Amino acid sequence: MNLLAEFGRALGEPLAGIGRTFLHFLTAIGRLVIFTVVAVSHCARPPFYYRMIIRQLIDIGYYSLPVVGLTTLFTGMVLALQSYTGFARFNAESAVSTVVVLSITRELAPVLAGLMVAGRIGASMAAEIGTMRVTEQIDALTTLSTSPMKYLVVPRLLAGLTMLPVLVLIGDLIGVFGGFLIGAYKLGFNPSTYIASTWEFLEPIDVISGLVKAAVFGFLVALMGCYHGYHSRGGAQGVGTATTNAVVSASIMILVFNYVITEMFAG
Amino acid sequence: MSGTPKIALSGVHKNFGSKQVLRGIDLAIGRGESVVVIGGSGTGKSVMLKCILGLLSPDSGSIRIDGEESVGLIGQDREQLLRKFGMLFQGAALFDSLPVWQNVAFGLIQGRRMAPEAAKEHALDKLASVGLGPEVGDLWPAELSGGMQKRVGLARAIATEPEIIFFDEPTTGLDPIMGDVINDLIVDSVRELGATTLSITHDIASARKIADRIAMIYEGRIIWQGTVEEIDRTDDPYVTQFINGRAEGPIKMQLRAL
Ligand SMILES: Nc1ncnc2c1ncn2[C@@H]1O[C@H](COP(=O)(O)OP(=O)(O)OP(=O)(O)O)[C@@H](O)[C@H]1O
Ligand SMILES: [Mg+2]
Repeated sequence: MNLLAEFGRALGEPLAGIGRTFLHFLTAIGRLVIFTVVAVSHCARPPFYYRMIIRQLIDIGYYSLPVVGLTTLFTGMVLALQSYTGFARFNAESAVSTVVVLSITRELAPVLAGLMVAGRIGASMAAEIGTMRVTEQIDALTTLSTSPMKYLVVPRLLAGLTMLPVLVLIGDLIGVFGGFLIGAYKLGFNPSTYIASTWEFLEPIDVISGLVKAAVFGFLVALMGCYHGYHSRGGAQGVGTATTNAVVSASIMILVFNYVITEMFAG
Repeated sequence: MSGTPKIALSGVHKNFGSKQVLRGIDLAIGRGESVVVIGGSGTGKSVMLKCILGLLSPDSGSIRIDGEESVGLIGQDREQLLRKFGMLFQGAALFDSLPVWQNVAFGLIQGRRMAPEAAKEHALDKLASVGLGPEVGDLWPAELSGGMQKRVGLARAIATEPEIIFFDEPTTGLDPIMGDVINDLIVDSVRELGATTLSITHDIASARKIADRIAMIYEGRIIWQGTVEEIDRTDDPYVTQFINGRAEGPIKMQLRAL
């Protein structure tokens, strides 16, 4: 009898641990869903803080341009080189420009821009809002009859949602241009043939699906930054944790949603 | 005290996990009255203020503002209620992304939709009344000393001329003279604005000056309350130990011997 109880306990401990972790996980999901619903519902109701929205638009859109531009430029260049090396093995070099433009617009510009912006913007949102939380500035906002959701979260969500597609569209152009540079000046393609075949197989849906991805990723990055900042606690260390969590969770969600959206457009 | 109290707490409990902080607070504050809460560090004074403001939600108990239950109010209703309040946070909690004058004018510009120019003038007035010149208005909160931050926080709390003002340790970190200026300011704002105030302090001299009534919090409950004259005459061992600042007495600090 005793032995059985002992055995049950030994078995129970790790199981209880798993159960606890699972419950924690479910609570976290629940909190995130509630946060998202509340934040989105605030997007539609006045008052709107236009100055805050504009500041975020500039911060996300304008100041992320160099990072996104560099990323897509080099990605386009590498793509041209790599696909040339590969395709030369079965005499399909002419497909290089098509591969570059499709990979960039459908996949690489949104994903890479999303990841770069997650590192740049998601982290700074989490750090800023997290610091405001632990220094009671968010409480102070509330006591001054200003909803922190409307004042802090909504402008960031809107800016993420709208600016990432713009960034990605510019990134598309720069990436394709990077491929063109390598194609025309290093691999010896005729410039005008390269450009012509870039357009030949490109369909609007390629670009649009990339922009839809970008909008979703931008929203996710801002959401993760705000959520983790908003719920941070416990001083500098808490803000550090919130920042890490914001970047990691945004990056993972970008990769997961990238698959989901690709699947939707493929189906 | 006549009619319904401005603020009435009864049986307010608040726990953080297994830690019981508030264990049944009962306190009533009349209209236009100035109540000072004293008590040891970590006894839940700031938590009590945050419960009244709705920044923390109490686990049980009732908090009535002007006779209306406020526990559980959210969204618009809470925002509406908070228009009656001004709060000086213990750590000042200034917005570090805004210059000082915008901090002070925040409630006017964002909360009351006042034009920025008018609000700035108003803000500079309030800064002057806490002893800060107009040049301070253009500095950033990070450029101020701790005591100056406190005074800016005070100016922000009174800028909208609210009906109820909470001061969480208004004179901590100030030199004695400035401390007294702030005491006068609190007394004035009660007198001129007719505001109801609830202040927290460790500074007995300050409490004597600003309080109509003093309440002492210990182990999550209000264990004593009375007027300034009464506090000098009371033989409550907790109160006498606290106001005389003695280490020996019924209040035990949780220390280990060296
Ligand atoms: N958000 C929170 N989460 C967990 N515990 C908290 C939180 N806020 C306060 N506490 C705990 O509640 C207790 C009371 O805190 P509070 O800030 O009210 O103290 P206080 O009476 O204002 O002290 P002091 O005079 O030092 O400011 C403390 O033990 C603190 O650890
Ligand atoms: Mg306190």
